[in-house]
Amino acid sequence: METLHQAWLLMAEFDAALVQIVGLSLYVSLTATFLAALIGIPLGAVLAIWSFPFRGVLVVLSTSLMALPPVVVGLSVYLLLSRAGPLGALGLLFTPSAMIIAQTILIAPIILALTREAVLPLCREYDKLLLSVDAGPGLKLSTLIWDARFGVMTALLAGFGRALAEVGAVLIVGGNINGLTRVMTTTIALETSKGNLELAMALGSILLLIAISVNAAIHALARFGRRYEVTR
Amino acid sequence: MTTPVLIFSKVEVHARGHRLLGPISARVDTPGITVVMGPNGAGKSLFLSAAHGLLAGHSGKVTWDGVAASASRTDRGFVFQTTPILRRSVSGNIVFPLKARNLPAAEKAERVARALSEARLTDFARKPAAALSGGERKRLDLARAMVTSPDVLLLDEPAANLDPASTSELEKSLRRISDRGVKILISTHDVAQARRLAGDILFIADGALVEQASAAQFFQSPASSAAVKYLKGDL
Repeated sequence: METLHQAWLLMAEFDAALVQIVGLSLYVSLTATFLAALIGIPLGAVLAIWSFPFRGVLVVLSTSLMALPPVVVGLSVYLLLSRAGPLGALGLLFTPSAMIIAQTILIAPIILALTREAVLPLCREYDKLLLSVDAGPGLKLSTLIWDARFGVMTALLAGFGRALAEVGAVLIVGGNINGLTRVMTTTIALETSKGNLELAMALGSILLLIAISVNAAIHALARFGRRYEVTR
Repeated sequence: MTTPVLIFSKVEVHARGHRLLGPISARVDTPGITVVMGPNGAGKSLFLSAAHGLLAGHSGKVTWDGVAASASRTDRGFVFQTTPILRRSVSGNIVFPLKARNLPAAEKAERVARALSEARLTDFARKPAAALSGGERKRLDLARAMVTSPDVLLLDEPAANLDPASTSELEKSLRRISDRGVKILISTHDVAQARRLAGDILFIADGALVEQASAAQFFQSPASSAAVKYLKGDL
C-alpha cells in the first residue's frame, strides 16, 4: 500500500526522472511508428492492389515477420551497429536512434500486414469504378489507402502499442543507460529487480494507461469507420 | 454535337470454356436513347461493360469513333447496377472522377455543386455516402457519372432496385440528359421501361445480338421469334 502511495506521488509530482523516461519512450516509439508507417503503409497497399511474380512469397514473408521476437531484432541491430559491424562507423549503438531503428524493424511488418488487410476488401469493391474513371496507379493507390484510413490508423495504433510495450530489442541496442536510453519498459525491468518498486509501479501504471487509451482509440475508430461502410 | 459511333466487331467473351457473349458485330450511330434489352443472364451487362472497355479478356474490337473503348473511358460516364460507394462523403464521391483530370479547383467545386443540386443531394453533401437510401445512391451514381460532362452515358440496369417513384425520376433525368445531346445506352429487362425510353433497341438473348431496330419497329413488329416471345412475356 505504501509503495502504491509512493508511486502515486511520483506521478502527481511529475518527478523529473519519471517525466524524462516517459518522454523518451514516447519519442522513440512515435518516431519508430512514423518511420514504419512510411514503409508499411505503401508496401501493404501495393501488396493488396497489384499482383506480380512472387507476391505470395512476399505476403507470407511479411506476415511471418510480424512474429519477429524482439530480442532477435535487438541482436541483429546490435550486430549491425556494433563497432565491428557494417554500420559501426555511424556510432549509433546505445543511442535513442538505435532504439528507433530496432522498433521500426519490429513494427513495420505489423503495419504492413494490417494495412494490406484493410485495403484488400476495398480493392474488389472499387475495382470497376476505378477502371471506369480511368484512374492511374497513383490515384488508385492514394484512393485505396485513404478509403481504408480507419483500418490504416488502427494498424498505426497497433504498431505504436507494440513498440511502446516492447523490452527486449531496446534493452539490447539501447543499453538502458540512465538519462540517455532508459525507457519505461527497461526501467520497470531494472527497478523491479533492484526492489525499487515505486518507480516501477508508477511507470507500469502509465504504460497501462497508454495501452488502454490506444485500444480505446482503436475501438472508437472502428465505430466511426463503420458509418462509411455500406451495410444495406 | 455529332453522335459518337459505337462499333462492335466480332466481340466474343469467354469464361472457363463457356461462351458468354457473342460473336457480336453491331454499329450504333443513332442519337438519343438506345435500350439494350433482354432477359436476365442474356449478356446485357457484359455488352455494356465491353462497350465501356471494362472487360479484360475478350476477342474482337469495340471502338467509339474509331478509338478503342478501353482507351477512351474518360469520354464516357458509367452507372453500375450495384452502385459502388466510396467510403467518403457524398460530395467526395461525386468529385472522384474529376481527380483523374487536370481541372482548376474552382471548376471542380463548381461542377460538384451543380451535380449535387441536379441530383437534389446538396443537403447531404457532407454526409457519408453510405448513409444514403437506395434511390439517393442511384442519383449519386448518376451525378458522379455526369460530373465529367461525358459525350456518352452508359447505365447497367439502373432501375433494378428502385421503387416506381425513383424509377420515374431517373427516367426523367435520363430524358433531360439525352435532350442535351448526350448519347445514352441503358440496359433493362423491363419491357415497359424500354417502351418509355427507347429511341432504338438492341435485343440480346443467350449472349447474341438477336435484333437491332428502332423502338417503333421493334415493338410493332419484332422480327425474331425470341423478341416476339419476350414481348409477350413467354421467355
